[in-house]
Amino acid sequence: MIKVTDLHKSFGATEVLKGIDAEIKEQEVLCVIGPSGSGKSTFLRCINLLEEITAGDIVIDGESLMDPKIDINELRSQVGMVFQHFNLFPHMTVLNNVTLGPMKVKGISEKDAEKLSLDLLEKVGLSDKAYVYPGSLSGGQKQRVAIARALAMSPKVMLFDEPTSALDPELVGDVLGAMKDLANEGMTMVVVTHEMGFAREMGDRVLFMDEGKIMEEGRPEDIFDNPQHKRTQEFLSKLL
Amino acid sequence: MIENFTEIFTSPHWVNTLPFILKGLQLTLIVTFVGVFFGFILGSIFGLARLSKSKVIYGIATVYIEVVRGTPILVQALFLYFAVSDFFGINFTALTAGIIAIAINAGAYIAEIVRGGVEGIDKGQAEAGRSVGLSSTQTMRYIIWPQAFKRMIPPLGNQFIISLKDTSIFAVISLGEVTYLMRQYVGTTAETFVPYIMLCLAYLIITIPSMVFLRRIERRLDV
Ligand SMILES: Nc1ncnc2c1ncn2[C@@H]1O[C@H](COP(=O)(O)OP(=O)(O)O)[C@@H](O)[C@H]1O
Ligand SMILES: [Mg+2]
Repeated sequence: MIKVTDLHKSFGATEVLKGIDAEIKEQEVLCVIGPSGSGKSTFLRCINLLEEITAGDIVIDGESLMDPKIDINELRSQVGMVFQHFNLFPHMTVLNNVTLGPMKVKGISEKDAEKLSLDLLEKVGLSDKAYVYPGSLSGGQKQRVAIARALAMSPKVMLFDEPTSALDPELVGDVLGAMKDLANEGMTMVVVTHEMGFAREMGDRVLFMDEGKIMEEGRPEDIFDNPQHKRTQEFLSKLL
Repeated sequence: MIENFTEIFTSPHWVNTLPFILKGLQLTLIVTFVGVFFGFILGSIFGLARLSKSKVIYGIATVYIEVVRGTPILVQALFLYFAVSDFFGINFTALTAGIIAIAINAGAYIAEIVRGGVEGIDKGQAEAGRSVGLSSTQTMRYIIWPQAFKRMIPPLGNQFIISLKDTSIFAVISLGEVTYLMRQYVGTTAETFVPYIMLCLAYLIITIPSMVFLRRIERRLDV
């Protein structure tokens, strides 16, 4: 569904992604692990075109992101993104955070958008919070709203950038729960995470990134129990 | 000296200046409100232009802002009222010239307020907007601007007070605002002390409540 070929990304003279090749299949959950600064976020952000690609190509559902004729807004609406720091819109109610995209991008009527959004909020366990502002929510609740907001666009794929890293430990479970539900429904997902338990349980495949390259990839049990690459071994041993 | 003091309290000028103060203050407020209103429109346009990726748009906005901020408003008013009207053969009334001068002058400062307000919004907000598929214009309109505007309110209020005081220089183009009328009063009565105290009070009666009000808003926005 998504094919990444020899992806390079530089910020000025610093090359952050040094040739990434990856494929994400439909309904697959791909977990990306690796040390901080290895380029995991940048990789996700390239898939959503939040960063301009320096070289290489990403093809989503047959459409190349390098094609100058591509409608970036249309593409982004099909790729959901969940950020580490939630990035909810603080000046809008929870409900309006979710309805904004469907109404403004897809032109859905307010009534239909609200119905859709209330369903999604219920799904992430937050229907009672629809009319409050994000400021009054806990981190775990905020992140579930962010998931609902992304889902409201009916994306083909969901990207998660360390969705639980900014949460208090006792709130991590709720967010991972919502992600598991999503995975079980067959959503295609790319998840950058430090939650090895989640990667092991839900991941169909795990990518280990280091210094802008994919060092190792494979099924979770292979990566975690029998890592081949020295850097992977070092990284995993530090986590334990 | 002592004699002067007793005279002050019994001076008829406290009352006699009042009609001129009220009449002048009206015009002062009109020029300020209308001028700052258009200044806000100019400031929003040029403030956003300063954030543009296009070097040309950024350049034009920068020239405007720096030229205005780098010259005194008195000179700007003289230029507009005398030089521009001569050169292009347009006859401004003093009122029009005053409003345009305030608009152009406040616009440059407001542009910087707008730029600062927009830049102060976390980049993640725009990214979240873009990632649900909003265009950059929609992201500005629905997400960035409403949040940035809230932060702009205190400095905008401040600019309003500055512009209000700036209108006093339009006495040089014979705009009949409050300072001009008081100078005329002084010219015809040869009395200086009381009329100029009244003039100070006329400004303070607007500026001090405005400042108190602003501080209150500021405190509320902080929470
Ligand atoms: N906008 C940017 N400008 C310059 N350097 C950046 C930018 N974004 C990320 N980087 C650099 O790219 C590298 C990879 O960052 P990132 O993708 O955030 O890593 P990770 O998510 O794995 O921690 C880091 O060294 C970071 O400093
Ligand atoms: Mg990161």
